[in-house]
Amino acid sequence: MAKRRIKDLLARRGMVVLTAVPGILVFLMLMGLLGRSKSILTLHSFGELLFDSSWHPLRGEFGLAPFLMGTFWVTLAAMILAVPISLLSAIYLSEYAPRRIREIVKPAVDLLAGLPSVVFGVWGVLMIVPLVAKIAPLFGKYSSGYSVLAGAIVLAIMVFPTIIHVSLEVFGSVPHALREASLSLGATKWETVKHVVLRKGLAGMLASVALGFSRAFGETMAVLMVVGNIPEIPKSVFDSAYPLPALLANNYGEMMSIPLYDGALMLSALVLLLIVLIFNVVARIILIKAERKAE
Amino acid sequence: MGYRRRKAEETFFKVLMIGSTLIIAGSLLLIMGTIVVKGFPALNLAMITQTPKGGYYLGKEGGILNAIVGSLELAGGATLLALLLSLPIVLYINVYARRKSRLAVFTRFSLDVLWGIPSIVYGAFGFILMMMIGLRTSLLAGIITVALLELPIMARAMDEVVRLVPSSLRDASASLGATRLETAFHVVVRQCLPGIITAVLIAFGRGIGDAASVLLTAGYSDRIPGALTQPAATLPLAIFFQLGTPYPEVQARAYASAAILTFLILAISLLSRWFSRKFQKNTIK
Repeated sequence: MAKRRIKDLLARRGMVVLTAVPGILVFLMLMGLLGRSKSILTLHSFGELLFDSSWHPLRGEFGLAPFLMGTFWVTLAAMILAVPISLLSAIYLSEYAPRRIREIVKPAVDLLAGLPSVVFGVWGVLMIVPLVAKIAPLFGKYSSGYSVLAGAIVLAIMVFPTIIHVSLEVFGSVPHALREASLSLGATKWETVKHVVLRKGLAGMLASVALGFSRAFGETMAVLMVVGNIPEIPKSVFDSAYPLPALLANNYGEMMSIPLYDGALMLSALVLLLIVLIFNVVARIILIKAERKAE
Repeated sequence: MGYRRRKAEETFFKVLMIGSTLIIAGSLLLIMGTIVVKGFPALNLAMITQTPKGGYYLGKEGGILNAIVGSLELAGGATLLALLLSLPIVLYINVYARRKSRLAVFTRFSLDVLWGIPSIVYGAFGFILMMMIGLRTSLLAGIITVALLELPIMARAMDEVVRLVPSSLRDASASLGATRLETAFHVVVRQCLPGIITAVLIAFGRGIGDAASVLLTAGYSDRIPGALTQPAATLPLAIFFQLGTPYPEVQARAYASAAILTFLILAISLLSRWFSRKFQKNTIK
């Protein structure tokens, strides 16, 4: 008996320690990246590095602005494409779709979420890049195809599952009684959706969009393969861009050979982490609050 | 507003909704279709049975066995490590901690936040860890990094099923005199086994497909890694590097490699679906 109790006690201690890991890990990541980017932060201020747009590592100039703007534009364009499509589809799957269709589409969305980003990248190179090169002249522009638009299209498809998953859960938590009350007052199904489901789920929908945004913001390989990687702030969607995650992925090899380069790259990872953390924490808090309200 | 106009508005949005759903399903089909059409012609036995020979990246003979084995070893090791971390965490917050305890809420929150952190940041963090313990780019460094990346995915997927075990079942076990540890492993784990396997498979699929995190930590090598301290090639990076060469023959091999990776992911996903269906059948409600 005593042996079993001791085993239980030891397991309990060990498990508590492990349970602390996820919380500590976030903190460790922040500290580790901050520690590694100190070398450059002692020479330049944080704001200076973020808003300076000249990137010449050999001359010691490490302005991250072109990369931040590159990420920002690609992500924004992706969200403009992805948000309406995913939300409309989520409403359809939650409120309208017959069971049979739901049972086909949901696994398809899961599969889309599970496809490796490099596969999206290969597909983008094969299909989207030539397509963009072809349609750019219609708008009076020249484009190699490796562009903000190509990155945005590929990214949009990659964030469909994130937005759909979260918003399906949000719509699912709206009580059925509310829908029935609305229908019994003579509202059409769409009016019920519009005035009851969407209104009740508004905060959750915003959270799903924020999670999609942060997913797109940090995506590396797929975007890197189709956006062209030219470190200038893009002027149109047909221009190339150089996103922040791609900066790190492309240059980690030589970062130890140029002074301060490693600091600058680790700083770029830190900036990425901070932005994604803010979006994630806010979205998760909204979702937890919405869940509590629903209970 | 007249009834007819109200109905017209509904029809209008319904068309948009169905259209959106078709776009999403269609893009999946388009991606899979493109990979199959472009990848299959370049696929041959040498691709999956040989390592790259001299001049492989210029279009000479060889295959990507190094990357296939490297990926399986790396994702396998990482998944095992992630399982050793996730299972105790999930059991603790569901069996030991009180319902709605602060620690459980905070842990779930942290896992969700970790889930949202991009893989390139895991790569950078893994790189820092690697430097701290004096490791070079290697299979081991890759395994540690990918295990951290898989942790939130696996733990949350497991949590979803372990949470559903009715408390009456745990109470019954406790009333028979079992300790919590015995309840955890003999009742909860057994009850959730198919669900736990599903979670493991999902994490494995994520691990095998991730490129950004291994880029900084596992390195790349034309040889099959023989030890944990040697660099390891991975499938996603093999695809990336082959596509980056200017030779059409090598690029065609990148498409074939992408087809292999997609096929692997598809198989893993079907397997996990099969297990999760099995789980639904076994659940006591």
